[in-house]
Amino acid sequence: MQTERDPCEPGVVLRGMLAVLLACVACGLCWLLWSAPLAPGLGDAVRAASAQSGIANPVTAVLLDFRGYDTLLEIAVMTSTLVGVWALGPAPKLHERPPSPVLLGLDSALIPFAAVICGYLLWVGATRAGGAFQAGSVLAATGVLFILSGRRPRLGLPDAPMRWGVVLGLATFLVVALAVMGDGRQFLEYPPGSTKTLILVIEAAATVSIAVILAGLFIGGRPDREP
Amino acid sequence: MSAGLILDGLLAVILIWLAWAALSSRDLFRAIVLFIAFGLVLSMAWARLGAPDVALAEAAIGAGLTGALLLATWGRLRRRRSSKEQSQARPPDGGDNAD
Repeated sequence: MQTERDPCEPGVVLRGMLAVLLACVACGLCWLLWSAPLAPGLGDAVRAASAQSGIANPVTAVLLDFRGYDTLLEIAVMTSTLVGVWALGPAPKLHERPPSPVLLGLDSALIPFAAVICGYLLWVGATRAGGAFQAGSVLAATGVLFILSGRRPRLGLPDAPMRWGVVLGLATFLVVALAVMGDGRQFLEYPPGSTKTLILVIEAAATVSIAVILAGLFIGGRPDREP
Repeated sequence: MSAGLILDGLLAVILIWLAWAALSSRDLFRAIVLFIAFGLVLSMAWARLGAPDVALAEAAIGAGLTGALLLATWGRLRRRRSSKEQSQARPPDGGDNAD
C-alpha cells in the first residue's frame, strides 16, 4: 500500500496544537465531573412512566413513545440525506475485483445469521437493549457485505425496490401518527391498549428503511434505471 | 482503586490517544483505521456507562458503517488521484476526459 504525500498532511505545529486542545478538553471534563455533584436526571421519571406505556425498555419507550416526534424527524432527516446523495449523481462504478474466497465463505455464514440477528434485535427492543436503529444497521452492514462480494440481484442496482424501501419507514411512521388522531387524540398519541403493537409496526418499517438508507449511502449515488 | 476505575481510566486515555493519532496521522488510510478503532473503543465506553443500546449503535454505525464509507471514499480518492497523475504524465490530447 503506497503512502502518497498528502498536500494537507498535518505539520508539527498543528499536531502539537491538537494534542494541547485534546488535553484541555479531557482535563476540563474531568474537573467538571469531580467538582460539581451530578444532577439526578430523568431516569426515575422515565421508569415510572414506562410502566404506563407498556414497554419495559426505557430507551425504546423514550425513543418511540415519549419523544416519538423526535424519532420521526430523525427518520425524515435520514431519508432526505439519501435523497441528497442521490441528487449528486449516478452511483460510481465499483472497482470490479474478484472477491476473496474468504469473504465469499464468510458471506454464506454471516448473511443468514445477520438476518436472524436483525430480527432478534428488532423484537427484543421492547424489553432489552435493541431496537430499530440497531437492527437496521446490522442489516445495512449485511447489504454492504453483499455489495463488496459482488453478489447483486441484477446487473444494475435495483431501482424500484430501493425507492420503496427508502420511503417505507417515514411513510409508516406518518400514517400511524396521523391514524391515531381518529378518536380526538393528538398527533402521535397512541391509544392505551395498542402501544406495543403500533411501536413494533413502526420499528419494523423503520428497520427496513434504515438498512436501505445506510446501504444506499455506501453505494453513493442514484441507482440505475432498469430499461 | 477498583478494577472498574482502572478500566475506565485506561479507556479514557486510549480514547484521547486514538483521537489525537487519527487526526494527526500522516497517512489517510492509517487515520481511517484509527478512526474505526476509536469507534470500537467508544462503544466499549458506552457499555461501561451502562448504555447497551448506544453501544450497539455506535459499534455498528459509528465504527462499522462510517468506516466502510470512509474507506470507499479513500479508494475513490486514490483512483482519481492516480488517474489524474497518469493523464498529466502523458502529453495532453485535446478534449481528453480523465475520469
